[in-house]
Amino acid sequence: MNQQPIIQTADLRKIYGMGDIAVAALDGVSVRIDPGEFVSIMGPSGSGKSTLMNILGCLDRPTEGQYILAGEDVSNLDKEQLAAIRNRKLGFIFQSYNLLSRTTALKNVMLPLLYDQDNHRSNEEREEMARAALASVGLADRVNHQPNELSGGQKQRVAIARALINNPALLLADEPTGNLDSKSSYEIMDLLHDLHDRGNTIVMVTHEPDIAKHTQRVICVRDGQVESDGRDGANNCAQPGAGD
Amino acid sequence: MNFSEILHVAWEGITANKIRSLLTMLGIIIGVAAVIVMIAISAGTEATIAEQINSLGANLIIVTPKRGTPGASRTLLYDDAEAIAEEVHGITGVASEQTTTTLIVKSTDTALEMTATGTTADFPEVRDVPVGDGRFFTQQELDRTAKVAVLGYGIAIDLFGDADSSGADPIGQTVTIGATKFTVVGVMAEKGLVADVDYDGRIYIPITVVFQKFLPSQMAADRVRTIYAQAESQETMESAILQIESLLARRHDVELDSPDFVVQTQQDIISAQEATTAAFRSLLAWVAGVSLIVGGIGIMNIMLVSVTERTREIGIRQSVGATPNDIRWQFLTEALMLSLVGGLIGVVAGVGGSWIFGASGDMRTVIVPTSIVLAFGSAAIVGVFFGYFPANKAAQLDPIDALRHE
Ligand SMILES: Nc1ncnc2c1ncn2[C@@H]1O[C@H](COP(=O)(O)OP(=O)(O)OP(=O)(O)O)[C@@H](O)[C@H]1O
Ligand SMILES: [Mg+2]
Repeated sequence: MNQQPIIQTADLRKIYGMGDIAVAALDGVSVRIDPGEFVSIMGPSGSGKSTLMNILGCLDRPTEGQYILAGEDVSNLDKEQLAAIRNRKLGFIFQSYNLLSRTTALKNVMLPLLYDQDNHRSNEEREEMARAALASVGLADRVNHQPNELSGGQKQRVAIARALINNPALLLADEPTGNLDSKSSYEIMDLLHDLHDRGNTIVMVTHEPDIAKHTQRVICVRDGQVESDGRDGANNCAQPGAGD
Repeated sequence: MNFSEILHVAWEGITANKIRSLLTMLGIIIGVAAVIVMIAISAGTEATIAEQINSLGANLIIVTPKRGTPGASRTLLYDDAEAIAEEVHGITGVASEQTTTTLIVKSTDTALEMTATGTTADFPEVRDVPVGDGRFFTQQELDRTAKVAVLGYGIAIDLFGDADSSGADPIGQTVTIGATKFTVVGVMAEKGLVADVDYDGRIYIPITVVFQKFLPSQMAADRVRTIYAQAESQETMESAILQIESLLARRHDVELDSPDFVVQTQQDIISAQEATTAAFRSLLAWVAGVSLIVGGIGIMNIMLVSVTERTREIGIRQSVGATPNDIRWQFLTEALMLSLVGGLIGVVAGVGGSWIFGASGDMRTVIVPTSIVLAFGSAAIVGVFFGYFPANKAAQLDPIDALRHE
């Protein structure tokens, strides 16, 4: 494939702490992910998966190395610029949903539109977009529910709708099914596969080989480095017992 | 985010915790209300003083010698008063005043130690101090240094008892002032204490008698302490003052820009009085200002707590694209809103409180519009000032740290 990659990193390092207690959470990660891929990231606990995801999601900055997101070098952007990138190019799905409490599903989904500096939409427009996004994740009848009135699976659907609303180039999901029972997990995975089929690029961290094996590509991380990178269902991650 | 969205988000932040927001605003409410009430009270006091001073004669021009004028060969003389009466246009009356040294004043059964006030026939009219009983002395009596006296309301009672009950009618009686016997021809109406002068405690005698009998020998015999001139109207005041100044400068042979006399109006005296209350007022302003600052610290405190409590919310907003500026504005607007809503409630409370004070107590209050602007404006400034630090703290949070916050 000769198209421009969505993600291209070169030798990413993330060092926590200083001097003797310094920990290299990432120790030279170079990956390339192309548009339309659905990638799982696996690896033992503490191997640096979340650290990598946070950097890929522009929530955190690498200590060293380069990260080119959809053709734009974002390694050295300032906070304001990173916020704009998160808003326009990225959709993040967290294990713990990270929805605003005491705020309806609709308003949660509208939130990214509020911070969209390029498009000034009317409140009606934003509401309409949020309703459509909620409908696309199967929650048309839950728009006015607050997070505490929703099940875990429903909360994660709201979070996915929120991640989708700005039409991002990349969806990042850090253990999206980590807090869910298996039935809800499969529903969420079905939804993610659906989104993939519709052309979305998805990078997902998971502990469950079961879930990982349905993705095209599995990247295995250990001690802050890419241990293996297998395509087409191949999974050579050292399993089981690596996860928690 | 546009302005209305920022307002909306801030409003939701405030209403999410209504009781706490109200308590936070309390400091501002009290501060703003205090500024308005205190200024209303001091303005009320000043208005009362101003009215009293104005009650001592309308359109009054007051001429006094200038103390400590170097080389002033002459001071204010009785002739000066007569010249003003004759030559100045636009005035309706002139009265001059000179006080005796302290003397013994006796009726048949009472003796008092006091001064007597020598004045002229126009006095009641010019000073707006009307005669209650009998009459004031006349120009003829003045010219022939008649030994007649008019008693202040309180002095009449002191010397002759309360005429309404058992006391004798003072009119026609004799009082001895120093060694001279005077016939009482009138008693002044009750006036009370005005600008620290007890008008009821005075005895008026013809100024010519004072010159003749009661001045220390080293003083020029016809020296007066004050000349009062009454202008026809507010409009003629200025021209009358100019005429008096040039007339006296000419008579005293001094330059107009370095006179040996001072020409004042009631407004000048009111201003001088206000200067004495200004210290009191600035103390009140300080007290009110401090309570506003305390209110501001309350806002800062709560905003800091709120930023900590809502760290996760901040992280969520940042993760979907809120910039540091968006976050800063959100919390700054919240602080500002708290102080403005508090300020608004404070204005209502202050205006209402001033009104209740004025209506119920014996304290007079005048609500000063600028005090409302001042208090409300201060509340806004306090909000921005004390809101900035917490807002900035929120804005500087790292998205990843904020999201991890428990
Ligand atoms: N803020 C931090 N300060 C210091 N060390 C950190 C910090 N965040 C992560 N680490 C360290 O970096 C390493 C990688 O952490 P990370 O959260 O990326 O692991 P993970 O692969 O996501 O693990 P899990 O599967 O348990 O979620 C760990 O050793 C962790 O202790
Ligand atoms: Mg993790």
